[in-house]
Amino acid sequence: MSKDPLAWTIERTIPSELEAGHSVLAELLTRLEAENWTTRDIFGIRLALEEGVVNAIKHGNRFDASKQVHVICISTPEKIWIQITDQGQGFDPECVPDCTAPEHIEAPNGRGIMLMRNFMACVEYSESGRVVTMEKLRADAS
Amino acid sequence: MAVHRRLQLSEVGDVSVIRFVDRKILDEANIQELGQELFQLIEEEKRQNLLLNFSSVEFLSSAALGKLITLDKKVKAHGGKLKLSNIRPEIYEVFAITKLNKLFDIKDDEADALASF
Repeated sequence: MSKDPLAWTIERTIPSELEAGHSVLAELLTRLEAENWTTRDIFGIRLALEEGVVNAIKHGNRFDASKQVHVICISTPEKIWIQITDQGQGFDPECVPDCTAPEHIEAPNGRGIMLMRNFMACVEYSESGRVVTMEKLRADAS
Repeated sequence: MAVHRRLQLSEVGDVSVIRFVDRKILDEANIQELGQELFQLIEEEKRQNLLLNFSSVEFLSSAALGKLITLDKKVKAHGGKLKLSNIRPEIYEVFAITKLNKLFDIKDDEADALASF
């Protein structure tokens, strides 16, 4: 099978510092805007990547300078696929409290995963929660 | 008078109308600073009624939501009211997904919000 000539990949390994994710995000946004993805699509992808990278650095690697985060974004004219891998202890996504439940609605944390699941077509965790893989279909793909 | 780097403040009657300097509220350090400035309005400047006008905000992350929830608690604890307005559709969706549109009093525009205090 020949490779789609319009497909592209961004692959970066970043340190466990929150600012480090910004360059990946900026590069991704520039590409999506150049390819005229819709405003809503770009907003959702940006939010999902931001939340995923922050979770990997903050909750996964716990800001450990000896650990890194690996980010891969693969885009085709129809969809975007993003995978974020940390080197932390992992976690069980099923055990994250439902932040919309009345007893948790005022909790200051815990909304990132819910936002990722809503803005992306699918979000899956593997490797004991150390890898999150997300996909979004382009809204105006023919 | 406290210095506000992340906020633009104006007064309409007894309501403090707040606009955000940053178009994107996502950077952790900026969110910490923003939170401190907002909390200061309540705890040090003793303002009671706050209206957050989001017209300039294009993007915000879940970390920013956490600060708004804490602000809401502080405002209520001091007997005041917090309202939000001018939220663009994509950002309103963030509030709706997390059901925070039920926790916060969100109005379409500043005039609606001011009339509801």
